[in-house]
Amino acid sequence: MADRPEGTAAQGSNKPVLSLHVPEPKYRPGDTVDFSHIGVTRPGDQPRPDEVCHASETAPLTLDLVRVLGDDNKAHGPWDPKLDPETLRQMLRHFAMVRAFDARMYRGQRQGKTSFYMKCTGEEATSISAAMALASDDMVFPSYRQQGILIARGYSLVEMINQIYSNRGDKLKGRQLPIMYSSREHSFFSISGNLATQTPQAVGWAMASAIKGDSRIAATWVGEGSTAEGDFHSACTFAAVYNAPVILNVVNNQWAISSFSGFAGAERTTFAARAVGYGIAGIRVDGNDPLAVYAAERWAANRARANAGPTLIEHFTYRAEGHSTSDDPSQYRSAHESDEWPLGDPVNRLKKHLIALGEWDEERHAAMDLACAEEVKAATKEAEKNGILGHGLHHPFATMFEDVFEELPWHLVEQSKQAIHEREVKFPEGRPK
Amino acid sequence: MSVQETASSDPLVTEETRRLNMIEAINEALDIMLARDPDVIIMGEDVGYFGGVFRATAGLQEKHGKTRVFDTPISECGIIGVAVGMGAYGLRPVPEIQFADYIYPGLDQLISEAARLRYRSAGEYIAPMTVRSPFGGGIFGGQTHSQSPEAIFAHVSGLKTVIPSTPHDAKGLLIAAIEDNDPVIFFEPKRIYNGPFSGYYDKPVEPWKKHRDSKVPEGYYKIPLGKARIVQEGEAMTVLTYGTMVHVAEAVCAAKGVDAEILDLRTLVPLDIEAIEKSVKKTGRCLIVHEATRTAGFGAELSALVTERCFYHLEAPVDRVTGFDTPYPHSLEWAYFPGPVRIGEAIDKLLKD
Ligand SMILES: Cc1ncc(C[n+]2csc(CCOP(=O)(O)OP(=O)(O)O)c2C)c(N)n1
Ligand SMILES: [Mg+2]
Repeated sequence: MADRPEGTAAQGSNKPVLSLHVPEPKYRPGDTVDFSHIGVTRPGDQPRPDEVCHASETAPLTLDLVRVLGDDNKAHGPWDPKLDPETLRQMLRHFAMVRAFDARMYRGQRQGKTSFYMKCTGEEATSISAAMALASDDMVFPSYRQQGILIARGYSLVEMINQIYSNRGDKLKGRQLPIMYSSREHSFFSISGNLATQTPQAVGWAMASAIKGDSRIAATWVGEGSTAEGDFHSACTFAAVYNAPVILNVVNNQWAISSFSGFAGAERTTFAARAVGYGIAGIRVDGNDPLAVYAAERWAANRARANAGPTLIEHFTYRAEGHSTSDDPSQYRSAHESDEWPLGDPVNRLKKHLIALGEWDEERHAAMDLACAEEVKAATKEAEKNGILGHGLHHPFATMFEDVFEELPWHLVEQSKQAIHEREVKFPEGRPK
Repeated sequence: MSVQETASSDPLVTEETRRLNMIEAINEALDIMLARDPDVIIMGEDVGYFGGVFRATAGLQEKHGKTRVFDTPISECGIIGVAVGMGAYGLRPVPEIQFADYIYPGLDQLISEAARLRYRSAGEYIAPMTVRSPFGGGIFGGQTHSQSPEAIFAHVSGLKTVIPSTPHDAKGLLIAAIEDNDPVIFFEPKRIYNGPFSGYYDKPVEPWKKHRDSKVPEGYYKIPLGKARIVQEGEAMTVLTYGTMVHVAEAVCAAKGVDAEILDLRTLVPLDIEAIEKSVKKTGRCLIVHEATRTAGFGAELSALVTERCFYHLEAPVDRVTGFDTPYPHSLEWAYFPGPVRIGEAIDKLLKD
């Protein structure tokens, strides 16, 4: 081709021929799945260093897998957070609620009530158990798959559904894609669609808290795929340099849409091991073990609060369903993966643990599931009074121009008038109900 | 002169034409270029095995191999940066950015590096990449799946910006972009991937297969960068537009029975200034239509050019119809979108003046 340097180097010399490695997942659609290569550690075997230890002491944990709940459904070892049964039941109820909520909202999207939805099935512990280990006013900077945090912090279901339906009750004024919540009241940062941007922001919030001599810490969540973004690496560097009181949660659910974790570097090492290079504490935890997740997050929170610095936690889990309502995972991965996942299901594991403790039973569980489904159904009905997407009951057109700036400049005033004028032309008799 | 005539009188179009949608046409262009030029490689998030979230690269990895078509880490900075390096070696990378809204982490590599490499090395190194990316709204994608950031790129010296509006053009322009030795931003209007969009959102979508511009010749052909397309000839006014808005403008002019001359610019940089001047001098009136936000949008550049060059032929001030200067809202998408009412009123005003 014209106008470029000669492309081909001296081939056929006695130098070795280079070849490009392109990662490939082990299983594709139709393949039978064998996950025996995944190192499933024995619950209780992992040491628990002192919370204010030197970061390098955690290095072995970044290649390990912290687990607490055993196949015997009992808690084992130094990471057992020793939660009382009431707290465990509360956690289980949050799990059940998120599942019921996800099921209903997914269906709502299929029924055309909104444009989009994302479930977190199989990953509930990574947000709920982690959030429960934080103080309720610790600031969280989530990605889009941490609805569990809002549920754990008691955010109203109706508010969530209003946002998902983008209706006139949505306090974000119907501006954001469904599930991109924001609740300052719940110390929950506004979710961005642009991946990993929240990670340096969490570090910045934590730095501010340190500058002001506050006692609150920050935590962020990011998908394993998104750790490839530069933002994540800036976050790690700043966290390390300023010893920021922050927790960087990497949710390794194995997939980033159709790309397996190998495209974020998982063929080489763990995501937790990133911590070692930055000189910050790191823990790799069984993300489907609610007790282990709670314990790791609490360890990191205590460390941050003691001015001992940031922690990177890799939550090793599995995205049991599609990426979103726009995705069909049967196109790119084996449907057997989810069933074969060696770390089980977090809801089931917590339920069995409570039963093993003699603090729970199948009847109560079934009743709880039913109650959650009913509560979600009622909230849905309530939210639907405010409208569903595309059916008229949205915020007034003028709101489209608010919050671009604190005050409306002249051009937005003009454009706002234009929008309202167009509405009158389109609907001379008023907007159909 | 109808579009079919333009296509069939094109000397490069020799073989039979079939009807394709825009995704199929893009896929075919990529397939052809992978086969013709061993230096072409395609990479991006989810483009390999899966074939892209919009299926634009479906089947290409299987056909051309994993080192020609492959997935990348989720790092737009990395994607563009390695494309610069590959170009320095002599490859001709065609990276995909999954949505234009996600191109920003790659801007330093694009603006400071790819766009300036030829200049700063006095031609020693070039960046012959074509960055494909779906853009634009009308799909209820909210503010991070709807943006039209073309003006940002048009503003950067050293970048070419191409925006097709039909399957026929998408294929020919993409082949030209890939063969071009300068970095090209190739924005694909995702709203019209599967069918042209009239702007009347409550009407059923017409599939491409029924549209005259979905006749796509087999094999290799190019549409030169910098040549506008006359969508329809007319006397009453000139409409300068591109992408999805070509179809909206056409539908509105048809509904209003306006004898407008509609120019699909096809490339913003380089711009077909000759075609613009010729048309505006003929009609004496000029309306610019784009979906992107208004302030410092590409319409401002067009308006300035038309005023500078055609001032004494103008019967009325140049006008712009654009998206509003807000992020793309989710629920109020159709209030935001520069649809038939906004365009229609601008046409009335322009004709009245
Ligand atoms: C900057 C940016 N690039 C690309 C995308 C498109 N995108 C949305 S989600 C996603 C995959 C993210 O995967 P991961 O980080 O593993 O999170 P998960 O979905 O598994 O929770 C991609 C590529 C985006 N939203 N933002
Ligand atoms: Mg993931």
